[in-house]
Amino acid sequence: MSLEVRNVSRSFDGKKAVNNISFFAEPGEIIGILGTSGCGKSTILRAISGLDSGYDGDIAINGNVEKEIQDTTGFIFQEPRLFPWLTVLDNVTFGLKGDKDDKITSAKAYLKNVGLEESGGLYPRQLSGGMAQRVAIARALVTSPEILLLDEPFSALDAFTKMQLQDLLLDVWRAYQSTIILVTHDIDEALYLCDRIIILRGQPGELHKEIKIEEPRPRDRASKQLAAHKAEILESLDLNLKTS
Amino acid sequence: MKHKGELTSTVVVSNRISEKKGGRTNRNFRGGEALLLGSIIPIALVLVWEILSRIGVFPAYQLPAPSTILETIRQMAQDGSLWNHIGITTYRVFVGFVFGTIAAVILGSLVGFYKKAEQLFDPMIQAFRSIPSLAWVPLFILWMGIGEPSKVTMIAVGVFFPVYLNLVSGITGVDRKLIEVGKMYGLNTFQLIKRVILPAALPSFLVGLRSGLGLGWMFVVAAELMGASKGLGYLLVLGQNTLSPETIIASIILFAIIGKLSDWILKLIEKRALRWQDNLVQS
Repeated sequence: MSLEVRNVSRSFDGKKAVNNISFFAEPGEIIGILGTSGCGKSTILRAISGLDSGYDGDIAINGNVEKEIQDTTGFIFQEPRLFPWLTVLDNVTFGLKGDKDDKITSAKAYLKNVGLEESGGLYPRQLSGGMAQRVAIARALVTSPEILLLDEPFSALDAFTKMQLQDLLLDVWRAYQSTIILVTHDIDEALYLCDRIIILRGQPGELHKEIKIEEPRPRDRASKQLAAHKAEILESLDLNLKTS
Repeated sequence: MKHKGELTSTVVVSNRISEKKGGRTNRNFRGGEALLLGSIIPIALVLVWEILSRIGVFPAYQLPAPSTILETIRQMAQDGSLWNHIGITTYRVFVGFVFGTIAAVILGSLVGFYKKAEQLFDPMIQAFRSIPSLAWVPLFILWMGIGEPSKVTMIAVGVFFPVYLNLVSGITGVDRKLIEVGKMYGLNTFQLIKRVILPAALPSFLVGLRSGLGLGWMFVVAAELMGASKGLGYLLVLGQNTLSPETIIASIILFAIIGKLSDWILKLIEKRALRWQDNLVQS
């Protein structure tokens, strides 16, 4: 599914958080939204998801302008946000509708995808941070969302788990060809995963630059090309102005 | 990468499980030890009390020996009056508890879920709360006589407030982040309440039930003191009027036992319903 964001602005209590953002995502494209904290990355993502409908401008999914939450959209939050009173398996089936056996079968398949097939009976309190986030990923994917929104999904994880889950995300993307919008403040992560990186800057956040990453996947995290892109991004972020 | 991930995760899981099993037996052992430690002082006190009573340090018309008290209870059990008193008192607490809880759940849910209902009811309920509940006694007797209705109402009033307050704070305190997850899956308001808000508010509700039950036991004493012909509270009055402290102390002990027993049942329910909770006692 394609996604179009047209002239979206959002103010909170009269103070603008993002100003006039427009971009277009092709079906199956991975787009990274990169910027220092406070520049409105998450605001954009919440507007796309429909969790926040108080924005100006239009957001069109497959050409249809809607402000409500769509069934075809999945959201992976910064924290796992699992329901503590449900087991891992029940957490994954939470968003599914229909026959119970079918739900369990597909939930188990996705748990296997994220490497947690043995942990279906555990409660969230028994999971490590990385395991919990994997459950959250399985929960978002099990409904086969055509647009997947990720809000700094790996930022709370250690470097190794992070790399592992980034590869997992690419596996999933290859299998389902979802359109992915990834909000991140990790330049390496954006370079490794995205087809295109959108850089937001300033307060209120404005679209500063779009960078296309042409490197074929799987990418080498240490390649010269990515390093060159990183230098370009660092320069355009102008970290001397960084507020956080 | 992914395969490695699967491997490590299974290892972690099995480790956790075996640790848990070990932890449980260990805890049981420690539980027995705690029980032993906790009962040393009460047993010693009872022994000293018995001895001092027998050698006449405590006069029997003021503080009878523990054995005398036990004998009183045994006699009442034998002639059947004991079960009668316990039964009627438990029945009053139970009925009052049920009515108080129902009222609290209805009003608490309304106030918790609807802002308008909160603005409408909450100030009034808070104002009523600041009235010492025993102050209602004369009014209830005037309205309903000294029969069962006034006693049960009394107890229901006592149970209502803790259940109501805890339910409201449970509902209004549900993590907004979890509600957002529910919304992302397209749940409507009713589904959100049923699948996210109620389970999330359950721990707080159960705390309310337990403190409500505690207050129920307190209020049944007040209700039975003000006029009853049966019940443990009546035994207190009877003991006072017939100058038999052993009846009073026997009644107090029985209150302690059934009060603790009913709280234990609720605690068991709580433990079962909140298996998922992450706290020191259970994990």
